[in-house]
Amino acid sequence: MEKTSSFPDKDAVRSRIEDLPIRVVSPKIGVFTRLQNIWVFRELLVSMVRKELRIKYKNSVLGFMWSLLNPALYLVIYYIVFQKILKNNMPLFAIFLLCGLLVWNFFSNALSSATTTVVNNAGIVKKVAFPREILALASVGAALIFFLLQACVLILALMVFQVVPAFGYLWLVPFALLALVFFASALAIALSAINVYLRDTQHLMELVLLAWFWGTPIVYPFQEIGVRLAQKHLIFLYFLNPVTVIVLTFQRALYAKMSYLDTSGKVTLLLPTYSPEWFVIQLLIVICVSAVLFIGALMLFGRLEGNFAEEL
Amino acid sequence: MPAAIEIDNVSKHFRLYHEKYTSLKERVIHFNRIPYEEFWALKNISFDVNWGETVGLVGHNGSGKSTLLKCIAAILQPTSGEIRVRGRVAAMLELGAGFHPELSGRENIYLNAALLGVAKKDVDLRFDDIVSFSELGPFIDNQVRYYSSGMYTRLGFAVAVNVDPDVLLVDEVLAVGDENFQRKCFDKVEEFQREGRTIVFVSHSPDVVRRVCDRAYVLDHGVIVGEGTAPEAISILREFQAKGSGLASMIATMQDDAGSNESDALPTLQTGSPAEERVMVGQISVAFPATPAAGHLSPGDPLTIRVSYNATKPISGVLVGIQIFDQKGDIVFGTDSDFMGLEPLDVGTEGELEFSFPTVPVTDGLFSVAIGFTSAKDQHIYDWQNQDLAFKVISNGKSGGYLKLDPRLIQNGEAVPFKD
Repeated sequence: MEKTSSFPDKDAVRSRIEDLPIRVVSPKIGVFTRLQNIWVFRELLVSMVRKELRIKYKNSVLGFMWSLLNPALYLVIYYIVFQKILKNNMPLFAIFLLCGLLVWNFFSNALSSATTTVVNNAGIVKKVAFPREILALASVGAALIFFLLQACVLILALMVFQVVPAFGYLWLVPFALLALVFFASALAIALSAINVYLRDTQHLMELVLLAWFWGTPIVYPFQEIGVRLAQKHLIFLYFLNPVTVIVLTFQRALYAKMSYLDTSGKVTLLLPTYSPEWFVIQLLIVICVSAVLFIGALMLFGRLEGNFAEEL
Repeated sequence: MPAAIEIDNVSKHFRLYHEKYTSLKERVIHFNRIPYEEFWALKNISFDVNWGETVGLVGHNGSGKSTLLKCIAAILQPTSGEIRVRGRVAAMLELGAGFHPELSGRENIYLNAALLGVAKKDVDLRFDDIVSFSELGPFIDNQVRYYSSGMYTRLGFAVAVNVDPDVLLVDEVLAVGDENFQRKCFDKVEEFQREGRTIVFVSHSPDVVRRVCDRAYVLDHGVIVGEGTAPEAISILREFQAKGSGLASMIATMQDDAGSNESDALPTLQTGSPAEERVMVGQISVAFPATPAAGHLSPGDPLTIRVSYNATKPISGVLVGIQIFDQKGDIVFGTDSDFMGLEPLDVGTEGELEFSFPTVPVTDGLFSVAIGFTSAKDQHIYDWQNQDLAFKVISNGKSGGYLKLDPRLIQNGEAVPFKD
């Protein structure tokens, strides 16, 4: 039999022992240790994301093309419905829609797959020790890859329709993406743990996500509601939804049309005229809130994780 | 030198729900009124495993041995207490756990190794070792769902042992696979032992524990009820198995016997016996009256089991008990002289007893024998010893199954004649 050990002899082992990391199993493990464990297992995160991607389109003929086709078909359908049937006169409505839809698809894919991930991976959760948060993060990671693929469709569309993005705002886009990933990760970790104990969560999430979708200015422009809320000084309500700011950033930077002139000469407002600084502050707030949520989610996960193997 | 594993006052508490309510509606309706039973799977377990040691955990189903192993593996969190494990841990609770059927063997190796916390570059280095150990050869690029269960198991084991663990946790997995694969597994375990790695082993099989472990702990109802070298631990386990009752009462009896002066001492076979009055099991031997030269038994043949004994002084009122175990450690047969309806024995300082079985109606297998002496008046155990692999029964191929039975065949009220 081949020698597969890297240990030359017992003395070498002896000298190594003192340096070995100690793993503590106890009900009291702090958030910092949890983060460390996730970091140690970062390669697992990459493997899990790769696994999710491989499996999603395994045995399908078009494979990854589906993730490109999805936003492309949305484009066509919404174009037909809103611009041809409902006679929405908004210029390049499809581009506007796609900006928000990309963000939303990421958010909704990440959360709905993260909610069921611990339950669906019961086999390994019951038999293998690893930081289980990785499962939820892998769902977010896989959604992020699909987001990047779909972003290609958007870039293509921007080029085809010769849309000029707002260059002064373009640098905010990666920043908004970061905030989005952070926010989604925090929710994903919490939801994945809660669903183990309350399986309703996964059904509830479908409805919550539907309501959340319409509560975010994706299909309709921000000012449609923003103007009315502003009159009553309730605009802050709109920004309680962190996804609003992120969607707005994408629309402001890529779609970049603040208003348009109707054929009848009436001006319709589309996007708010906030400055880049305003966006920076709003995104920073989202990131800070997400950080707090993230810590909270890790603590919640830590409390619930202890009995995963029994509950599943 | 620091211990490899330190288990510090670990308890694990389960709630056994009579009904499992996992929907919101049910949770709301039954909020705080969900009926459950408190159940301690582990109670105040503390022990250390030294570096390079192989320690067994034995006990009946539900004794908590697997729960303890899962806690060491960090799959379950203890309710209180702490476990510190040094170095990389590989837990083999189920081989191939985490394999995804849609992925190829190659992809699964990387995924599984990542689950065990191994960097991709380390897997690259060992990839060929893993493939050759798994004997999968060209099938390594096939989807795992097309693998046979043997291939699946071999690949799982190959990954687990090739991740260079400092501490290996093994739960019954070596009991699967064909003979060839089992031998390979044991070779690997022995290799690990030579290299000074630490192994914790959970098993039902006394033979495996004896073969592999330096020491073993006996668990029952979540507490450690005995520890010792592997044969000692197995004796303790068998003793409890023979009693078939909760161990708590057993400990109480033993402590009473010892004069209740060592309340924290773990029971061993000796502490319970007053030194002045004792019957010791000597040599256990078997004979095959029908085929004395064969060295094994044919199904249905007679069997003689002899045991020599010596006592510290002549004692009256002694019962002798016997058990026969199969390879899995299950009791095939057990009785004692009282159950047999016999008078209690009077024993001198030495002598010999013989159990004579007119027929042993089993088809084949390897059997172990345990014989012990107890006191007729208070069931106090004087001594209890095993003879492993005492005899072998080899099938003559004329019937199948486990038991050798001798049916007669009657056709329309008349016996069917034999061939001449």
